[in-house]
Amino acid sequence: MNATNKAPERSEIEELLPWHAAGTLSRRDAQRVEEALAHDPELARRYALVREELSETIHLNESLGAPSPGAMEKLFARIDAEPTRGAGGAGRKIGAGISGFLAGLSPRTLAWSASAAAIAILLQAGFLADFALKQKAPSGFETASAPSTAPDVGAFTLIRFAPQASFDDIDKFLQANKLSIVAGPVPGGLYKVRVADNALPKTALDAVVKKLGQDKLVSFIVATQ
Amino acid sequence: MQTTSDETLIARIANGDRLAMQVLFARHHVRIYRFILRLVHNQATAEDLISEVFLDIWRHAGKFEGRSAVTTWMLGIARFKTLSALRRRHEDELDEETAERVEDQADDPETALAKKDQGAVLRHCLTALSAEHREVIDLVYYHEKSVKEAAEIVGIPEATVKTRMFYARKKLSELLREQGVERGWP
Repeated sequence: MNATNKAPERSEIEELLPWHAAGTLSRRDAQRVEEALAHDPELARRYALVREELSETIHLNESLGAPSPGAMEKLFARIDAEPTRGAGGAGRKIGAGISGFLAGLSPRTLAWSASAAAIAILLQAGFLADFALKQKAPSGFETASAPSTAPDVGAFTLIRFAPQASFDDIDKFLQANKLSIVAGPVPGGLYKVRVADNALPKTALDAVVKKLGQDKLVSFIVATQ
Repeated sequence: MQTTSDETLIARIANGDRLAMQVLFARHHVRIYRFILRLVHNQATAEDLISEVFLDIWRHAGKFEGRSAVTTWMLGIARFKTLSALRRRHEDELDEETAERVEDQADDPETALAKKDQGAVLRHCLTALSAEHREVIDLVYYHEKSVKEAAEIVGIPEATVKTRMFYARKKLSELLREQGVERGWP
């Protein structure tokens, strides 16, 4: 290829560099770019600039934080005011339950910062809501193995799951230990988890807390009423 | 167990499933909030718009035809809502705000200190780009949108997306040069 033909080719390839860096090119285009980069040091230098831009754009966006939980509360209040449609009755109850739970917290408590922790909590809430969606639970978040019990009956702990815990991990952990989530998350990312159908003596509950606390999915656990 | 796909969630939302709506919200609201915030520069406005966007998704989920990814569809709604809100503010007011922001940051001692870090300078310049340029850069780099998807969200031809991205990057280099960073391009 002579120099006259190479300039338009480089210009065309150069336009694709941002998408190549982001990994959103087709396989064919990605291959064209890779070949050009391998044989054109100047293009490779410019690609390094693109990668730097990509990295800092991600950094900038990630530093923007997240909306307050009030945004979710506001949205679901508006959705609950919309006319009911379809067969989403179960979802309506759960959505209303979450809105009600958030509404029950003081404005001060709800005003948590837009920190990574808050994002993690919301994402984990999404995991657990997704779990509930799959289980088609009529209300609240309960495992298939967990007995249906009144919310205030049993022995309880407050658990914060490790940020890296996946939906699958939490699901298996709850089922393996016959646990059910009865409330949460509250600020701090804590979930109220029923560990037994009946109240336990303090020593027995402490033993349960100790056992569950040894699981790598649990970053914090404490007994509660 | 696999997580429920966005397409499945939209189908359930179209049928009035509020729990599916909560899952979709938990999954995507942060990124969409950031997309809006980068355009409006006001957290309260961005939060209000997030609510508007997801309410629109709730109302119009049945119109989603699956010809694009759900995130592309949602970003398109977010963009429309954001531009509508911005139109309610005077263009001159926006330009002045942008100019003041750039000038303020340039004179800020913290910014001067940050200039020692080229990454910080680059981030500073990313905030100083025009809304049009910020938008295309964010869509490509942060929201990982292909040429076709970005074109669909912005409502311009694919060739224009490539050109706009090129000029956004060129402007970024100019801003960096003004801040004392010479990249040797373009």
